[in-house]
Amino acid sequence: MTGAVTFLRHFLRRDRWMLLVWVLGGALLYVSQAIQVEGTYATQADLDKAAASMAHNAAFIAMLGPARALDTIGGQVAWQASAFGAILAGLMSMFLVGRHTRVEEETGRDELLRASPVGRLAPTTAALVTALLANVLLGVAVSLTLIAYRLGVPDSVALGAGLTLSGWVFTGTALLAAQLTASARSMYGIAGAIMGVAYALRAVGDLRNSALAWLSPIGWYQGMHAFSGLRWWPALLLLAGAAAVTAAAYVLFQHRDFGAGLLAARPGPARAAPRLRTGWGLAWQLQRGSVLGWALALLLFAAAFGAVGNDVTDVIGTSKASQDIFVQSPGDLIDSFYATAILMLAVIASAFAISSALRPRGEEDDGRVEPLLATALSRRRWLLAQIGTTAVGCLLVLLAAGVGLGAGYAAVTGDTHALITYPPAALPYIAPMLVLSGLTRLLYGVAPRAATLAWLALGFCVVVLLFGQLFHFPQWLLNLSPFQHLALTPAQDFTWAPFLGLLTVAALLSAAGQLAFQHRDVH
Amino acid sequence: MAGRVGPRMVNSAEADARGLQRNRNDTAGRCVHRVEDMVNPIEIHGLVKTFGSTRALDGLDLVVSPGEVHGYLGPNGAGKSTTIRVLLGLLRADAGRVSLLGGDPWSEAATLHRRLAYVPGEVNLWPNLTGGEAIDLLGSLRGGLNEGRRRELVERFDLDPTKKGRSYSKGNRQKVAIVAALASEVQLLLLDEPTSGLDPLMESVFQACIDEFRDDGRTVLLSSHILAEAERLCDRVSILRAGRCVESGTLGELRHLRRTSISAETSKPPIGLDAVGGVHDLVVEGNRASFDIDTQSLDDALDVLRQAGLVSLTSQPPSLEELFLRHYGDQLATAEGMEPAR
Repeated sequence: MTGAVTFLRHFLRRDRWMLLVWVLGGALLYVSQAIQVEGTYATQADLDKAAASMAHNAAFIAMLGPARALDTIGGQVAWQASAFGAILAGLMSMFLVGRHTRVEEETGRDELLRASPVGRLAPTTAALVTALLANVLLGVAVSLTLIAYRLGVPDSVALGAGLTLSGWVFTGTALLAAQLTASARSMYGIAGAIMGVAYALRAVGDLRNSALAWLSPIGWYQGMHAFSGLRWWPALLLLAGAAAVTAAAYVLFQHRDFGAGLLAARPGPARAAPRLRTGWGLAWQLQRGSVLGWALALLLFAAAFGAVGNDVTDVIGTSKASQDIFVQSPGDLIDSFYATAILMLAVIASAFAISSALRPRGEEDDGRVEPLLATALSRRRWLLAQIGTTAVGCLLVLLAAGVGLGAGYAAVTGDTHALITYPPAALPYIAPMLVLSGLTRLLYGVAPRAATLAWLALGFCVVVLLFGQLFHFPQWLLNLSPFQHLALTPAQDFTWAPFLGLLTVAALLSAAGQLAFQHRDVH
Repeated sequence: MAGRVGPRMVNSAEADARGLQRNRNDTAGRCVHRVEDMVNPIEIHGLVKTFGSTRALDGLDLVVSPGEVHGYLGPNGAGKSTTIRVLLGLLRADAGRVSLLGGDPWSEAATLHRRLAYVPGEVNLWPNLTGGEAIDLLGSLRGGLNEGRRRELVERFDLDPTKKGRSYSKGNRQKVAIVAALASEVQLLLLDEPTSGLDPLMESVFQACIDEFRDDGRTVLLSSHILAEAERLCDRVSILRAGRCVESGTLGELRHLRRTSISAETSKPPIGLDAVGGVHDLVVEGNRASFDIDTQSLDDALDVLRQAGLVSLTSQPPSLEELFLRHYGDQLATAEGMEPAR
C-alpha cells in the first residue's frame, strides 16, 4: 500500500474540476425537481391531480420507480431524481475508476509509476478511495441542497446517503469490470452494461410490483422510501453489496497480470473488408458505435416521452412556467406538446452532432491522421468523409427519436398514425444540428485547441429552449439559436425557407472550416 | 514553387553516390532504373519552420539523389521529424524551397503520396481495427497493395494481423506500419526512426527489406539516431543539428567524424601513446590504457600497443550522441535552453 496517499492526493488534484461538475450536476438534478414541481403546480389540488395521473402511468413508473407520496414535493423529488441520480453516481464512479486504473494501464503511464517504490495495491486503492470520496461529496451536496430547500432533514439525509451508497456499489462493479478486460473502452462497456441491467431489473420489478427490483442496487436505494415512510435497513444492503463487489475486484486484481485482463482479447479479421478501405469506410467504422448508441438512447428516451400519450394536460399541469417550456407553439395542446418534444429531442441529439464533429480532432490528437494523410487520401477528402458521416449519423439519430416518439405514443394510445406523423416531423431538425456541427468544424479548422468551445453554443441553445419564452428573451437573442427558426412540426406546417436558410449557413460554416483545415499545419 | 534540378547542383558527393549505386546494380547483375535521368526525389533549400518562438528548422538544405538510401541523422529535437512532416505536406514551410519527387509537397500532397510511403517513429493504430485491416486500409488509400508482397512481409516480420490495434506492443505497431509501407509499389520511402521498438532479429529483417527496395533502384530517406543502422544501410548521410544540416556526404567522406573507443590491456605499460596523432582522452593506468582515436591513426596506435604486448583489446564505435558531443559540444552548450521541441 506504500504510496497510496501520494496517489490519492495526485488523483484528487487531477480530478478536482471534474468532481466539482459531477457534484454540482448531481445536486442540481435533485433540487431542480423540487423547484420544478413547486413551479409547475400552483396549488396542492393541481399537484394531487398530477400525482394521481402519474401514479397510474406505467411508462413513468418504469422510467423512474415505484410511485410513492407523489402528492408531496419530497416524494416527487425522490421519485423523479433517485433512479437517474443513482445512474449519475454510477457513471461518475465508473469514469473515475476507469481513468485511474484501466486507462493508465492501457497508456502505459501506470507502468512508469509502478516502477517507483509503490505498493502493488497503491494505485488501485487510491483510485477506489477517490471514487468513494467523490460519492460522499455527491451525497452530502444533495442532502445539503435539499435541506436548504427546507425539505425534511432525516429524509434529505437518507436520499443523499443512499445516493452515496449506490455510487459505492457502482464503484465496486466498475473496479470489477476493470479487472476483466485489457481495454478501457470495453471496461466502460461492461460497467455500463451492469448499470443498465440494474436499471432494467428495477424497471421491470416496479412495473410488475415483483421482488425483481430487490436484485438491483437502484431498487435498494429506492427501497429506503425517503420522504414516504423512511426506513434505513436497505442502506445495509447497499453497504454489503459495495463491500462484496469491491472485495471480489481485489481478489481478481491479485490474480491477473499487469496490463492484462481476465477475459482474453478476441482476434479480429486478418484482412480489411472492401468497404473499410476508403476514407468513408474508415469514418463510418470509427463512428458507427456512437451513432448506434445515440440512436438507441434517443429511441428509448423518445419512447418514454411518447408514452405520456394523451395525458399531456395532467403531466404538464396548468402553470404558466410549465406551459412556456413544454408548449412552444399555438394550437392544439397535444400536437403542440409533441412538437416541442421533438424540438427538445433534436437539441439533445445535437450533443451527438457536436461530439461527432469533434471526432477528427480526437483522431488528430491521437496521431492517427498523419499516416492517413501520408497516403493519396487528400485532406479535403478525409475531412469530407468525416463531415458526411456526421450528417448521416445526425439523420439516423433524429429518425430514431421520431420513431421512438411515435412508437411510445402508439403503444399507449393505440393510435398508430403517430408512427407516420412523428418521424418525418423530426427530420427538418437536421438543419440546426448541421449548423452546430458546422460551427464545430470551423473552430476545428481554425483553432483545433478551441474546438470544444462548440459545446457553449449548444448550452446557449438549451438555455434559449428552456427559458427563452419564460423570461421573454429579446427576439435577436432568440434568433441566435438555430433551433428557433423552424416551424414546429407537426403542430405547424413545414416551411422550406428557414430550413434551406439554415442548411446554407451550415454549409458555409462547414466549408470555411474545411478551407481553414486545408491551410493549417497538421500534428 | 518546386525547385528543378540543374546540372550545377550535382556535386561530387552525389556523383560518388551514383557511382556506388551503379556498382551495386552491376554486381547484382541488374539495373532497374536509369537513375541519371531522374529528378532528385528530395530537394530542400533554406527551409525554415517555426513553432511560435522556436525555430525548429533554421535554413535547412538537404538533397537526396535517386536510388540512394540517405541517412538523416541527428540527436533528438534536431528537426528530423519536422522535416519529414514538411515533406509530407502536413506542415507548411515558412520559408525556403522544397521539392518532393519533382512536385510541391504542400499543394500536390495527395498526388505525390501515391508514389511514396511513410513509416513514423511512433505508430498510432485505430484501437478497434486489427493490424491486417490497418495495413489494407493504408495500402488501399495509397492506391493498392502488392498482395504477394504483403503476404510475404507479414510472414517475414512474424506479424499477427488478427490482433486489435490497442493490443499490439510498440514493436508490433511499428511492424504494421512497416508492412503497409513496404507492400506498396512506391518510388520513395520516408522512414522516421522506423526501427524504434523492433528487436534485433526484426531489425535485420527490416534492413534486408530496405536493401531489396534499394536494389530495385528506389530511394529511401531514413531518419535515425543510431549510427550503426545508418552505417549498415546508407549510401550517403546528412547530419542535422538544431534545424540545420551540418554535414553531408558519403560515409567515407565523413570518416573524419569517426573515432573508435579503445581499451586495451598489455603485458607491460604502453609507452608513447600520447605521441600518436589523433589520440584523445587518453587514460593510462599501469598496464591498462583507454582512449579514443581518429580512424586514420588507428594503425599507429595499435603498433604502440603491440610493442607493449597486447593481452586484450576491445574497440567500440562511438555512438552518434558521442560524436555530437565531441564535434558540436561547444554549440550544444550555447544552444542549450533553446533546443527545439521536435
